[in-house]
Amino acid sequence: MLTYVPAKPWGSRAAAMLLVVLIGYFLLSIAGNANFGWDVVGNYLFDSRILSGLSLTIWLTIVTMMIGVILGTICAIMAMSRNIVVATVANAYIWFFRGTPVLVQLIFWYNLGALFPELSLGIPFTSWWVSVPTNTVIAPVTAAILGLGLNEGAYMSEIIRSGLLSVDPGQRQAARALGMTNGKALRRIVLPQAMTVIIPPTGNQTIGMLKTTSLVSVISLSDLLYSAQTIYSRNFQTIPLLIVACIWYLAATTVLSVLQARIERRFARSRRDLGVTTEITSAGQVGSS
Amino acid sequence: MPSPMIVFDRVSKSYGGLTVLHDINLTVAPGEVISLIGPSGSGKSTLLRCINHLEPIDSGSITVDGELIGYRQEGDLAFELSEKQIARQRARIGMVFQNFNLFGHLTALENVIEAPIHVLGIPRRDAEEQAAELLTRVGLAQKMHNYPRMLSGGQQQRVAIARALAMKPKVVLFDEPTSALDPELVDEVLDVMRALAEEGMTMVVVTHEMSFAREVCNRVAFMEAGRIVECGSPAEIANDPAFRRTRAFLSRVQ
Repeated sequence: MLTYVPAKPWGSRAAAMLLVVLIGYFLLSIAGNANFGWDVVGNYLFDSRILSGLSLTIWLTIVTMMIGVILGTICAIMAMSRNIVVATVANAYIWFFRGTPVLVQLIFWYNLGALFPELSLGIPFTSWWVSVPTNTVIAPVTAAILGLGLNEGAYMSEIIRSGLLSVDPGQRQAARALGMTNGKALRRIVLPQAMTVIIPPTGNQTIGMLKTTSLVSVISLSDLLYSAQTIYSRNFQTIPLLIVACIWYLAATTVLSVLQARIERRFARSRRDLGVTTEITSAGQVGSS
Repeated sequence: MPSPMIVFDRVSKSYGGLTVLHDINLTVAPGEVISLIGPSGSGKSTLLRCINHLEPIDSGSITVDGELIGYRQEGDLAFELSEKQIARQRARIGMVFQNFNLFGHLTALENVIEAPIHVLGIPRRDAEEQAAELLTRVGLAQKMHNYPRMLSGGQQQRVAIARALAMKPKVVLFDEPTSALDPELVDEVLDVMRALAEEGMTMVVVTHEMSFAREVCNRVAFMEAGRIVECGSPAEIANDPAFRRTRAFLSRVQ
């Protein structure tokens, strides 16, 4: 009877030791540095202005991602259309909104009133329309939602399109042969299977969006970053307040990462069960041999 | 003679300049099992896919159980039906694919109940009961809650047949149902098809399995370059090939 002794990975153990020492030294030097103003960080971490900024950031992230997903789905389906006008419109939208900086788009929407002093809604070339002054409709919040949402839609459409393309065409064919319309085949057969491809990059986009919303501080919307800026412009505690903002951004992205992992597990159901059975069969083989 | 189940009347179809179906005339009686054989590219799969309008035809007409497929005739004009109407016609024409095409995100049972519930509007409980019965019939009572990935090719194809039967089809179309299977798995699928033929299902089978064609089919149609060059009972085709190519093809596949 032999007892097996695994080889000792001395190299990686030494590297790990070195890293622990270096990180410890780094953390100590930060904690001991009075310039970081940890007491100020503690004072402002739960400040009501910071918390209301945080809630706006989270709300903006949710709303713009929802718009992005809906627009992206519509756009992905349009881009795959056989009708050349429909496909071109979708591709032009993607081209434009991916091709210009989102910061510029935000400022553009914010200043829409300068281009179109009045916004009209009605049937083109008829007298049926209503119009309102642009600045009453395009408040900073509307500009932020439009700017971030339209931009996100362009990115999401590429993600959703790649998801739809990842599903074998035979799936749609089988669905149609069973008497499903194209729409039903898409909803019930193709999209659920595209989800495994769509969800991981969508999680990335959501986390990215949470931080991108900080751009709305340029159109003076009091999100998390803008709230921190407002406070430090008065008390000049710039670094501590930026640390406060970072702590909340990190906390929110951590929550989002956990959520993403949960959703991924839920949609990988058919694959995970395969793993479980493989374990059972291999255990069975071990038992029988 | 009872009214025919499937009628091809001078059906032609081309892709670009290439004619893939050339003036096809074919009548299939109710309960008849007909196999389409021929070299690849001869148009046999296309012909099959025209029956449920997965491929539109250019001229001629196809009827299933007396109903014009894919079009509505008004005088000399045939208007293509709306997507919904075509879907309704397809619901009663079963189809089994070479690559099974089981829905990967659904278990065997869910695959079978999907269309009865969401296309025919059958209550879930009734659909499940029927699906359990069908899966038992194809020998997969133990595998009902497995996902397709966990099933062998032969098992997947049997689920696919159960899925087609769950729609209570008038006709079942088989597109090379055993071509993607390992040799030792072919028989379990052919057995299910044989039993289905004995129950009187009308079947159109694109296949390379000459032994199946000989034993089970009432007729064999041999296709070449978009034409049916020979059509007769398996004995007629196998023992007295009228065409040299037919003979050459049969000797190749046997």
